[in-house]
Amino acid sequence: MASQIVMPKMSDTMEEGVVVKWLKREGDRVASGDALAEIETDKAVLELEATTAGVLRKILAQEDSKVPVGQLLAVIGAEDEDVSPLFGRSTSPSPQLPPVTGAASMSSAAPASTTASGSGAPARLEPVTRERIDASPLARRMAEEARIDIAQVPGTGPGGRVVKRDIEAFLAQLRSQPSRPPAAPVSAPAGAVEGGAQAPAQLAPVGVAGVDHTERDLSMMRKTIARRMALSKTTAPHFYMTTEIAMERAIAMRQSLNELAADAAKISFNDMILKAVANALRQFPRMNVSYADEKIRLHQRVHVSMAVALDDGLITPVIRDCDRKSLGEISREAKELTELARARRLKPEDYIGGTFSVSNLGMFEVEEFAAIINPPEAAILAVGTIRQQPVVVDGQLGVGHRMKVTLSGDHRAVDGATGAQFLQIVKRLLEQPLTLML
Amino acid sequence: MAAQEQGFQVIVIGGGPGGYVAAIRAAQLGLKVAVVERDRLGGVCLNWGCIPTKALLRNAEVLSLAQRGEEFGLQIQGLTADYRKAQLRSRQVADRLTRGIAYLMRKNHITVVSGVARLRTTTQVEVEPSDGGAGQVLEAEHIILATGSRERLLPGVTVDGRRVWTSYEALQVEVAPESLIIIGAGAVGVEFASVFAAYGTRVTLIEMLPTLVPLEDPEIAEVLEQSFRKRGMQIMTGTKVEKVEASDAEVRVVVASPQGVQELSAAALLLAVGRAPNTEALGLEAVGVAVERGFVQVKSSQQTSIPNLYAIGDVAGPPLLAHKAMAEGVIAVEHLAGQTPKPLERTNIANCTYCSPQVASIGLTESRAREAGHDVKIGKFPFRASGRAMAMAETEGLVKFVADAQFGEILGVHIVGPEATEMIAEVAALKTLEATLDELILTVHAHPTLAEALLEAALAADGRAVHL
Repeated sequence: MASQIVMPKMSDTMEEGVVVKWLKREGDRVASGDALAEIETDKAVLELEATTAGVLRKILAQEDSKVPVGQLLAVIGAEDEDVSPLFGRSTSPSPQLPPVTGAASMSSAAPASTTASGSGAPARLEPVTRERIDASPLARRMAEEARIDIAQVPGTGPGGRVVKRDIEAFLAQLRSQPSRPPAAPVSAPAGAVEGGAQAPAQLAPVGVAGVDHTERDLSMMRKTIARRMALSKTTAPHFYMTTEIAMERAIAMRQSLNELAADAAKISFNDMILKAVANALRQFPRMNVSYADEKIRLHQRVHVSMAVALDDGLITPVIRDCDRKSLGEISREAKELTELARARRLKPEDYIGGTFSVSNLGMFEVEEFAAIINPPEAAILAVGTIRQQPVVVDGQLGVGHRMKVTLSGDHRAVDGATGAQFLQIVKRLLEQPLTLML
Repeated sequence: MAAQEQGFQVIVIGGGPGGYVAAIRAAQLGLKVAVVERDRLGGVCLNWGCIPTKALLRNAEVLSLAQRGEEFGLQIQGLTADYRKAQLRSRQVADRLTRGIAYLMRKNHITVVSGVARLRTTTQVEVEPSDGGAGQVLEAEHIILATGSRERLLPGVTVDGRRVWTSYEALQVEVAPESLIIIGAGAVGVEFASVFAAYGTRVTLIEMLPTLVPLEDPEIAEVLEQSFRKRGMQIMTGTKVEKVEASDAEVRVVVASPQGVQELSAAALLLAVGRAPNTEALGLEAVGVAVERGFVQVKSSQQTSIPNLYAIGDVAGPPLLAHKAMAEGVIAVEHLAGQTPKPLERTNIANCTYCSPQVASIGLTESRAREAGHDVKIGKFPFRASGRAMAMAETEGLVKFVADAQFGEILGVHIVGPEATEMIAEVAALKTLEATLDELILTVHAHPTLAEALLEAALAADGRAVHL
């Protein structure tokens, strides 16, 4: 019995995806779990897996084409089966598609248990696409609490509803996954990065004489950044404050630590800043909050997002429980996340659920800047470069190392004095960096 | 007639609430169905259980109201209560419903075969007609066992139908006894206690466990016990029956209570010590159906150890409730028809006891919730603070809410009081939807209603009851 494969909805923000590359060809035999294609979403490039076995009979979406969520991508069927009725209306937009079998799932999201539905009677299977995420109130609360995106959780309740047991299963799966694959495979996907980043970017001169510009389509990631940053600036009243931090001791400590460490294990200033911010949030939980639905949410755990610049945008992977991790652990994790981000191999659970962001442009010799808050978080710390400058210490003029950091706060959730106190703690921790080793 | 008919796709053994609902669902799905029933359609529920007892309880309720007439300004002179009429009415209600089931069977073109069934193979059922005629063999791809349960007996106690009864005999009694000892204070025990106490019988309730309705939250049981005591019943909990002796004149029962060994006597004795599954003489062992402690073992699809053999209702294990049997019947049929029905969520099945005051509950009791590791929030609301209950002059009882403190998950709700059995339906829906305290609190409850007590209990769990 043939199954349709549609563009799955991989996050609550995803409306369309780009078929980066087909990994199987028409006529190829596929087993359940085989990767069929690479799909670029607004956040990452993910593999589309088959959840049913058969022959890939028909591919309906060309590589580099943009396909709305729910629209037909391909048909899997038996070798000699007439599958043409399944794609007769392949150009129809998603709302008109008949309920479709869940014949494919994204590799990083769906636990295997829920994909078994691919082999059942087609009339009884739930549509893969869910514009409105159907979830029970309890499941929503649990997802919120656990800081997971409920759109990523496969539902097993009536009509594919996400219910309590689905959240429990999803969390169990997250917990059971090894923290992250080792660094080895990261070098490989360089080609995929290129493909992923460039696929939607079609350079085309505008054909009107005298107009000297070109236009290109927005990538998925660009669209997301555009929407989220506009949302942040229009809904969160930002306030800004800058402080200067004396970095002599931090520089000295980093130097002595790195003298002992192998290249791969060297600590960066950014790692120290992440650690200082996490410890400060733990000491001063009033800053570890967000504004949501006319409520202040006080986060029990400290998850620090770090902005990673990419060719076409940026993403903020999250170091979870950053306050409970050692400087070395943070450093390792930050490296891995950065590499995964650049390879566009982050999974949704890698970049969802931060409680505070750090954006560092010090390496570009930016002295100071103000960042836009990454919603729903309530604050972001923008970190400038460390400069040598004349300083007065105890009435003596000397040369010091100073770093400027600027806090942007969402005034709905935190006030200036709150931010100032928080900055003081960050400053103290970095000026007395041995405390970071405690 | 039926003897010639064959070619069934489903045979349902037992025409009780599980069986007849399964048969109707199968017919709706276009399957050819036969139901084998040895007695009357509707099973124990319609004929000797749920329904006739509810009729009797209604009579008792009307009588109690009449006895309280003065409270409402009624002067009723020479008020007499004829138990015979109550019993007659209960039989009429049962008969009418049984005829209704027969009509539903005809309407859905379901073949009803009268007789005792026995599995011959995994696809064949031998039926020995109840009237002693020639036997026949029915064959179908799928067989659903829905044989129900019967009253459990106590060793050494003979049910004579005159002085010693089970619920079956109690429903046929035409005169309320002057005094009655009831052994067992589960649903059956407390319901008959309520009926006969209203008709003036001196009732003694004996329960081995420490509380009445032992499966319910102890706080609920406590309210019921106080109410029963107020009406003059003698309650003996934590009490074991040592010996039962029935003579022509009376029944004598020796009990060991926390106060010591006592001898009680009464005009009649009702055994209400639970129910046992009807698994014997079905041929289960012969075809290899797995049975444990009398109950047929089933998977969540209601399949037994033999894939084309299903079991539903009492015979498939506790809770022994008609609505659970009906739900399982639908699951079994949809599964055998190739669908993938959602398995039954047992903690979402309500328990209703129609004693006076009524008791209804769903989900976990407070102590069970704690045992399960939940950090619980408790909210209670007494009916004496409910405007509707006051207007009805039914202020006994309370609603007790057990919620998970972290997510507000509704873990259990326990009600003792007026129309508790109707109120629990709201909670069943909320639990099925996995609603939390928040959604219940957001639901505007009409005023004045008893259901507002539910809202208030939920608010109380959240630390903000309004009317308390």
